[in-house]
Amino acid sequence: MRELAGICVFCALAALTPLFVTSGSLQNLVIMTLYATLLGQAWNILAGFGGQFSFGHAVFFGSGAYAMAVLQVKFGWNAWAALAAALAAGSAVGAFIGALSFRYGLKGSYFALVTLAFAEVFRILANTFLFTGAGVGMMVPLNESAAALQFADRSGYLYLILAMVTAGFLISWWLKHSRFGAWLQALRDNEDSAAALGVDVFRVKLIAIMISGALMAAGGAFYVQYFHYIDPHIAYGPAVSIEALLAPIVGGMGTLWGPLLGAAVLHALGELTRSVTGDAPGVNLMVYGVVLILMVTFLPRGILGGVVTLFGGRGAKKGGDRA
Amino acid sequence: MLDCAHLSISFGGLKAVQDVSIAVPQGAIVALIGPNGAGKSTLFGLVSGFLKPDAGTVRFEGADITGLAPHRVCRLGMTRTFQIVQPFAAQTVRENIAVGAHLRRASRRAALEHAEVVARQVGLTEQLDMLAINLTIAGRKRLELARALATGPKLLLLDEVLAGLNPREITEVIPVIRAIRDAGVTVFMIEHVMQAVMSLADAVHVLSNGVLIAAGSPREIANDARVIEAYLGHGTAARMKRQAEGADA
Repeated sequence: MRELAGICVFCALAALTPLFVTSGSLQNLVIMTLYATLLGQAWNILAGFGGQFSFGHAVFFGSGAYAMAVLQVKFGWNAWAALAAALAAGSAVGAFIGALSFRYGLKGSYFALVTLAFAEVFRILANTFLFTGAGVGMMVPLNESAAALQFADRSGYLYLILAMVTAGFLISWWLKHSRFGAWLQALRDNEDSAAALGVDVFRVKLIAIMISGALMAAGGAFYVQYFHYIDPHIAYGPAVSIEALLAPIVGGMGTLWGPLLGAAVLHALGELTRSVTGDAPGVNLMVYGVVLILMVTFLPRGILGGVVTLFGGRGAKKGGDRA
Repeated sequence: MLDCAHLSISFGGLKAVQDVSIAVPQGAIVALIGPNGAGKSTLFGLVSGFLKPDAGTVRFEGADITGLAPHRVCRLGMTRTFQIVQPFAAQTVRENIAVGAHLRRASRRAALEHAEVVARQVGLTEQLDMLAINLTIAGRKRLELARALATGPKLLLLDEVLAGLNPREITEVIPVIRAIRDAGVTVFMIEHVMQAVMSLADAVHVLSNGVLIAAGSPREIANDARVIEAYLGHGTAARMKRQAEGADA
């Protein structure tokens, strides 16, 4: 319950930021941090809670983004309906990839490679077909109204992404306090044991990748609405996949607050390097790389995991030596 | 309750289990013993659905469950433990047991509460909030037992839950297993610790090189020449007999 209260407080604070933060670039920073949090939450569901490390989450992101763009532009759908379809698309792609790879028991780096391969295949497909705009990409025409999920003011986008992040928080919270979450974390730690205790390993993983895919697709849909543009490289390129895994790894995998913490730290660092080095492109990415290496070496369980270890966490020292 | 008929499986050229038939009657404690590499754990794998037999059938409460997936076997009421303990290391003892309890309890609270009840049964109450990874070997064995018990099984397959324990720990766990049976759970156990087999088992089956070589009450088995030879080598039984006669004379 304390966690739920924490989520409420966070949402209230984030919702109030437009009152204090009036500068456009700072508002943009808040929005992009939340956006990175969302991608991190999506990845965290499958990898942090489920132990299935995807290296191609862009495949869900891109599918959501293209569903959003194509349905609006080519089929004239309302943006809200397109958003629902985008979520369904991400989830369907998740079901497809999950059914294939989990059916054949792909784990660890093999699963990571398969997701990466799917993302690349989808990138090439999007580059080829005309209805996705091929290599030129796709523009979503300007139509600033809430009905079209476009906003004249940045705060509108802030509320949109905040709503998505809140959904991500609630799903993560549910995973920590539900039977499904217990099953998912059990199979993460040991698949055979989980199966022996009656966990339908295939089904639980499949549902997890579908939830993860839908949330990631929400990120793609947001991207399209915010930037009004999508192309194959943005949608399915490795940059998004890496952005999704960076925040939870830095913040703490399999935790509620890890993705937010990681996203905040990384964006703060990114801004810092930008202010030091000027606009030299790519320097912030180099810093991310260094941070990632340091984290994996010294804090493999992320910032939150490190804090827990430091303070002995969850009564690990209690109840001692009997047995 | 459990009926294995003519089970066989080979791994490449190795005939791990050959034509094994074992029946476990309801309410009993049945032990499966045999030298290392005899195929005992493989047989458990066949029974619990982790391995598919090349030939033979497994019937549980009359229904054919041959080749059924492990989680479905578990749902029917047969739960196994592993010889090499496999705790969910990053989770607490309470959370570990709750995973088993969730099989028949959807609510998180009910599962966590039931975990406490089961922990009391196996003597893990004081460790409830420890991370599983911090448990001693004996603690992990108890945890393995507790998790399986939490699924509410009718038949429990215990794969060497006493291995690696010291004599005092063994005498602590034996009554726990007996109490589980007395509560109505049938037990089928692989065990090396003869003290436990002798005091617990109603019937003992002996597996050697994948073949069932003897079956009977614990006392019969302990005096069976084939069993002694399987453990101690060819000709041992005759030599022991001669020595015993020599001592008498």
